[in-house]
Amino acid sequence: MDSTDRISRSQRGQLQAAPESFLQPELISEISQHGVDKRRRGLLMSALATAGAVASGVLNAADDPEIVNVPEWSRMLGKGVASPAYGQPSKYETHVTRRQSPGLTQTTQASVSFSPLQHMFGIITASGLHFERHHQGWVDIDPRRHRFMINGLVKTPMVFTLEELMRLPSVSRIHFVECGANTGMEWGNSAVPTVQYTHGMLSCSEFTGVPLSLLLDMAGYDKERARVILAEGADGSSNSRTINIENALDDVFVAYGMNGEMIRPENGYPLRLITPGLQGVSSVKWLRRVEVGDQPYATKDESVHYVDLMPDGLQRQYSSIQEAKSVITNPSGGQKLLSHGYYNITGLAWSGRGTVKKVEVSVDGGRNWREARIDGPVLPKALTRFNFDWVWDGSEALLQSRVTDSTGYIQPSKPELREVRGTRSLYHNNAIQTWKVAASGEVANVQLG
Amino acid sequence: MYSSAKSLIVRWIGVAGVTLGAQLTLAAPSVDEAVAAIGRPATTAEIRAWDIDVRPDFQGLPPGSGSVEDGEGIWLEKCAVCHGDFGDSNEYFSPIALGNVTEDDIESGRVEALSDPGRPRTTLMKLATLSTLWDFINRAMPWNAPKSLTPDEVYALVAYILNLEYVVDEDFVLSDENIAEAQAMMPNRNGMTREHGMWSVDGTPDVVGSDCISNCAVDVTVTSSIPDYARNAHGNLRDQMSPYGPFRGINTAGDEDASAAALPVNESAASPDDLLAQYGCVGCHQLDSKMVGPAFNEVMAKYAGRDDAIGYLSGKIRSGGSGVWGSMQMPPMPQVTEDDAARIAAWLATE
Repeated sequence: MDSTDRISRSQRGQLQAAPESFLQPELISEISQHGVDKRRRGLLMSALATAGAVASGVLNAADDPEIVNVPEWSRMLGKGVASPAYGQPSKYETHVTRRQSPGLTQTTQASVSFSPLQHMFGIITASGLHFERHHQGWVDIDPRRHRFMINGLVKTPMVFTLEELMRLPSVSRIHFVECGANTGMEWGNSAVPTVQYTHGMLSCSEFTGVPLSLLLDMAGYDKERARVILAEGADGSSNSRTINIENALDDVFVAYGMNGEMIRPENGYPLRLITPGLQGVSSVKWLRRVEVGDQPYATKDESVHYVDLMPDGLQRQYSSIQEAKSVITNPSGGQKLLSHGYYNITGLAWSGRGTVKKVEVSVDGGRNWREARIDGPVLPKALTRFNFDWVWDGSEALLQSRVTDSTGYIQPSKPELREVRGTRSLYHNNAIQTWKVAASGEVANVQLG
Repeated sequence: MYSSAKSLIVRWIGVAGVTLGAQLTLAAPSVDEAVAAIGRPATTAEIRAWDIDVRPDFQGLPPGSGSVEDGEGIWLEKCAVCHGDFGDSNEYFSPIALGNVTEDDIESGRVEALSDPGRPRTTLMKLATLSTLWDFINRAMPWNAPKSLTPDEVYALVAYILNLEYVVDEDFVLSDENIAEAQAMMPNRNGMTREHGMWSVDGTPDVVGSDCISNCAVDVTVTSSIPDYARNAHGNLRDQMSPYGPFRGINTAGDEDASAAALPVNESAASPDDLLAQYGCVGCHQLDSKMVGPAFNEVMAKYAGRDDAIGYLSGKIRSGGSGVWGSMQMPPMPQVTEDDAARIAAWLATE
């Protein structure tokens, strides 16, 4: 088998040439049969020029100029260390950004930016890509002037500086943060085109800080009467949330570190609460105070917002826990497959109640399921990466993923969820997502049944 | 307290031997004692300054009062710009009041319109607890000057808002004395439920998916998708996907030229106009006619395709030269970084 055969074979089923696949199979075949004449040389040169190649004129048709003409980066002196002193992504990665959904909100300060899940590998979100949800804009707090207070049902109301908190025994834990409204635009119909907008109010980081249980104990919280805590931010909104004392004593912590550095200001610098498994708004940013109480506080974001409207007109209040959910991130809405053949379907699964036990994938809209490979760490209340082998034959496909968590809970379909909760709940939409792959290779966000 | 702090440290950190204290002299504090010494008691004034929350039972509510009439004046000055004169604006935030609350609602404590999918939801339709309004306005409003209102102003604004749906009359004066009576008239005071599995760690889920794995009886009819006219509503998806790798973005702008332009741009092959201007190259060189130095086209014609062209030309740019294009010297340009010189050279070597 010569190289021309190899290329032809790999081009079989090609829907659209990748731009960097500079030679069309027809041209390769023609040149291999008839050699290079003036016309074919012209076509070849034009293809090479398109590819940005330095054409030497002595290339064989199957030779990739990016290999034969050793690229300039292999023939130059690179940049020095600490340039820049704080590293940045490659200049070729400008498409990887947080994005807003047009029309979702009218101000940028009480708004959302979505993480580009389609570009994420593994389970850790790059800190600069962590989704944002601010209620009154983000602030950049001088860490030397920040204080943290514990009061309420405690023996001794306490104050800590950041220096004091950072002296205390610390823990590092990898957890997802998911907004309760993630996928909230999709209750009734397909509303947004890509996984960034359908599921991008979701991120996962390694956070470092002090267990809240230790701090509550240091203040001598009232073990008999404590039912809840109130967490409150230091920003303009002083956003506040009621958290179950069970969670507070279990795995909630007061975090200053994120992915190996201080938390980014948009994410709560210099101190935020991390409430593993609970909706993101409970992980109060710019945390200034925790109050121990014996009844819920009915704050604005648990009374007017973050309440789940049921078909009977009742609103579910204090709906905190993020139930198990999964989504295929590649291929996903807005993308296009360039050819038939093998694909690694990949995605994320998570549960606010524990670990991911199993992920299944369907390519026929949920009629048949096969188990996906879980890759990498499987951690409680953290994103978990899954992969699935798929050979696409070019016919229409309906891709879905379904997670089962360590409690045995199975992610429901959209019809199953809507059957109970209707379409106006807004929050806690953890239904199975469907991506339709058309024969053209285009992938679209659709809903079934 | 010390021993429980120790047990917490052990539980969280998983270190079995946190018994350093036992190994030290009697005078030294144990680890637990040393940990417990970190932080200090909060003062009364500090707690008063920060403990501003008001609970549904009105614990935390400072004394004071304010009338609907006073509230209207403050509202028009500080709130109406965002929320509209009558709290009905949808321009920046969800409406506070739209006249969707009835006398029957106030009687029953359940807002009927919440069950009607055709009716937009407003603050006064959803809200069960009056304390929430007081607490939020006090801590977070006005939008651009949070925590600037006096307690009396907050009372007045809450009174004004209640009057928007006629929960209270226009001559009403709200105070810490009568706020519980106003609470008893909140239109949706009975509209919340905690009968769900998402509060307690051990809560029972209300919906669980199917475990069917083959020939499952599901309807695979596509019932919803993004309409064609909205394909580009989130911007061109082509630019939001990777320009390399197995999955590319769909060009939703409907412009094939734009699609071509979005292909991965090899900057080293693109015209480095910005660099030519930045470093003053264009002072001596033009694209297609000789000036002080040779035209860029002449340089391209001479070196394009030469194996060492990029390295050679980068060197000439940074070190200068003479005698190749005539007697005029090319001055050394050491201020051109190696990277930028390589980019200019790559451009010259490619055309």
